[in-house]
Amino acid sequence: MTDRSATMAAGSAPATADAHRRPLLEVKDLRVHFPTEDGLVKAVDGLDFTVAKGRTLGIVGESGSGKSVTSLAILGLHKRTRAQLSGEVLLDGVDIIGAAEETVRRLRGNKMAMIFQDPLSSMHPYYTVGAQIIEAYRVHNNVSKRAARARAIEMLSLVGIPQPDRRVDDYPHQFSGGMRQRAMIAMGMSCNPGLLIADEPTTALDVTVQAQILELMKKLQREFDSALIIITHDLCVVAEVADDILVMYAGRAVEHGPVADLFRRPEHPYTWGLLSSMPRLDRVREDRLRPIKGTPPSLINPPPGCRFHPRCPYAQRLGEICWTVEPELLEGPNDHSTRCHLGPVKAREVFVAEVEPLL
Amino acid sequence: MFRFLLKRLIVGIVTLWVVTVVVFGIFTIIPGDPALVYAGKDPSAEVLAGIRAKLGVDKPLPEQYATFMKGVAVGRDFPTGPKMVHCDAPCLGYSYKKDVPVLGLITRALPITATMAAGAALLWLLGGVSVGVLSALRRGTFFDRIAMTISLAGVSLPVYFTGLIGLSVFVYQLQWLPAIDTNSPFGNPFDPVQTFQSFILPWVVLAFLYAASYARLTRTSMLETMSEDYIRTARAKGLPERTVVTRHGMRAALTPIVTMFGLDLGALLGGAILTEYTFGLQGLGKQALDAINKFDYPLIMGTTLFAAFFIIVANIVVDVLYAFIDPRVRLS
Ligand SMILES: Nc1ncnc2c1ncn2[C@@H]1O[C@H](COP(=O)(O)OP(=O)(O)OP(=O)(O)O)[C@@H](O)[C@H]1O
Ligand SMILES: [Mg+2]
Repeated sequence: MTDRSATMAAGSAPATADAHRRPLLEVKDLRVHFPTEDGLVKAVDGLDFTVAKGRTLGIVGESGSGKSVTSLAILGLHKRTRAQLSGEVLLDGVDIIGAAEETVRRLRGNKMAMIFQDPLSSMHPYYTVGAQIIEAYRVHNNVSKRAARARAIEMLSLVGIPQPDRRVDDYPHQFSGGMRQRAMIAMGMSCNPGLLIADEPTTALDVTVQAQILELMKKLQREFDSALIIITHDLCVVAEVADDILVMYAGRAVEHGPVADLFRRPEHPYTWGLLSSMPRLDRVREDRLRPIKGTPPSLINPPPGCRFHPRCPYAQRLGEICWTVEPELLEGPNDHSTRCHLGPVKAREVFVAEVEPLL
Repeated sequence: MFRFLLKRLIVGIVTLWVVTVVVFGIFTIIPGDPALVYAGKDPSAEVLAGIRAKLGVDKPLPEQYATFMKGVAVGRDFPTGPKMVHCDAPCLGYSYKKDVPVLGLITRALPITATMAAGAALLWLLGGVSVGVLSALRRGTFFDRIAMTISLAGVSLPVYFTGLIGLSVFVYQLQWLPAIDTNSPFGNPFDPVQTFQSFILPWVVLAFLYAASYARLTRTSMLETMSEDYIRTARAKGLPERTVVTRHGMRAALTPIVTMFGLDLGALLGGAILTEYTFGLQGLGKQALDAINKFDYPLIMGTTLFAAFFIIVANIVVDVLYAFIDPRVRLS
């Protein structure tokens, strides 16, 4: 294992290089609450992160941790009548949460775009792929249909669709799953947005295609120099492509840091759980997936103290503090912060001694 | 696409043929001796047998069916009293009660039924769909609740009730409308004002009934569509909400409505018995009802076949339309 200073140097180098650039996206104390009949669902409850141009943030967490709610909040897609939003989402300095609906609409698809998990259900079944890309392009660019069509074909060829001038007139159901997701990416990138959010872009695809799609997104990101957020519940997906990783649990960040550091020195027991539940192809099938025990907590009445304590195998050791005091998200070296009472030193010990050998 | 059309057409023709067999079978098998209708009081067995032979109903069923189908194809002659009457193709039979070919009776009643159905259809389609869409977009608001309450009433109130209320209020009490001239509702010669006055109440009453269920169906369909992933995509593209609702939402949500509309209209063209009866309009439905009361089997059978024809045609039209609307149907 590398010693601390070496890791530090490696981890902070890109950060310094980017320091003169203001992050394209700044999320500050974001909260998204849904009033429901059962009570207030605190789907996202105090989230901070930034993404700079040319950088990739991976948001990881199990189902229900608030990943999609976060991304919809960034795009300003929550109905204001249904969701209570607070905090700030600054895109290039413009606050999405405070801005007028029309202002946000003009940014959506134009300065920030999103691609979704299931490309088949995310495309309109009655319109051709081309028509849908053309629509996305023309809503923000005052160009003729012909020019927009040329743009659609250009985008399709850019994302690697063969014979784009023919396929542009196909309907989504005539595309394969991977092709569809490529087309979604073409649509998302058509206006050259500074920020692209991909919400589980590969979950619905088979493994070989997954890698191609990730590869493609990385390629386009380099080409367009955009900021990229990849949302997933699978750490494998982001291990290769992300620069930073944000681990979410019950609407909050529990660990946040540069990818190399986070994989080498994960500090939160929940992250350890995610790491050990990564499917391991070198193991026999039954032994491949080791999910974290227990179920995600209620977002209406989250557990007192640390929200993860009911499922945390280490909560017993520290005792009472885990279920009485909510830990802060504390920043350690290398921009690596963790929300756990163990603290970085103890966490390191436990990880090296008990968790790592099992991975 | 062409193969799809052809397939649909063949299926339609086969269905129509099956319908003729079934309808013909039922009307010939049901008890009741047609000869009795023409014989005097207490006829002797020989007289009855003679009449049966003349009507051709003593022949075996398949032969009778063949004769009937031949009439449909090339026309046939009917022995009525002293002289033979020729019934042109497509001959749907001969009403001995009224002494005219059935088809003539049908084509005379059809304009009334068609006018009623078309006017009502236009009203209920516009009314039902717009209320349904608005209700869906404003789910849970005062408008939505009121609209859904009224439409529940619309679904559950029978036409003879709303029709009578309409007649008593607008014709008898307020006298905004003249009483319907049931013999010539279109006026004689044709008079658009009188036509409008004759049909406005039936239109509204019939439309209210249908609009209610269309509003409910549209609302459900629209709510479902607006929660689809592709609507979220449309919003994520930055489209104005109006475009999202119309071009993406309604386009998909109204597809099932088109299907229902085609079938409802097809069925209505076969006669709206209750409405026609309530307003005394001599459409296909009322004519069929009168035929039943008078045991005029040929007329009932002819009307039934005619109505079946409309329903089958409507089915084909709807399928073809569906293929045009939904590329997944067209291109698979
Ligand atoms: N409109 C809403 N009203 C009430 N609760 C909501 C609403 N939208 C989301 N939630 C709740 O917020 C929580 C977080 O949902 P979210 O979709 O962000 O999860 P996720 O992390 O994206 O999970 P997945 O991996 O399954 O996509 C869930 O418990 C969900 O039930
Ligand atoms: Mg999600």
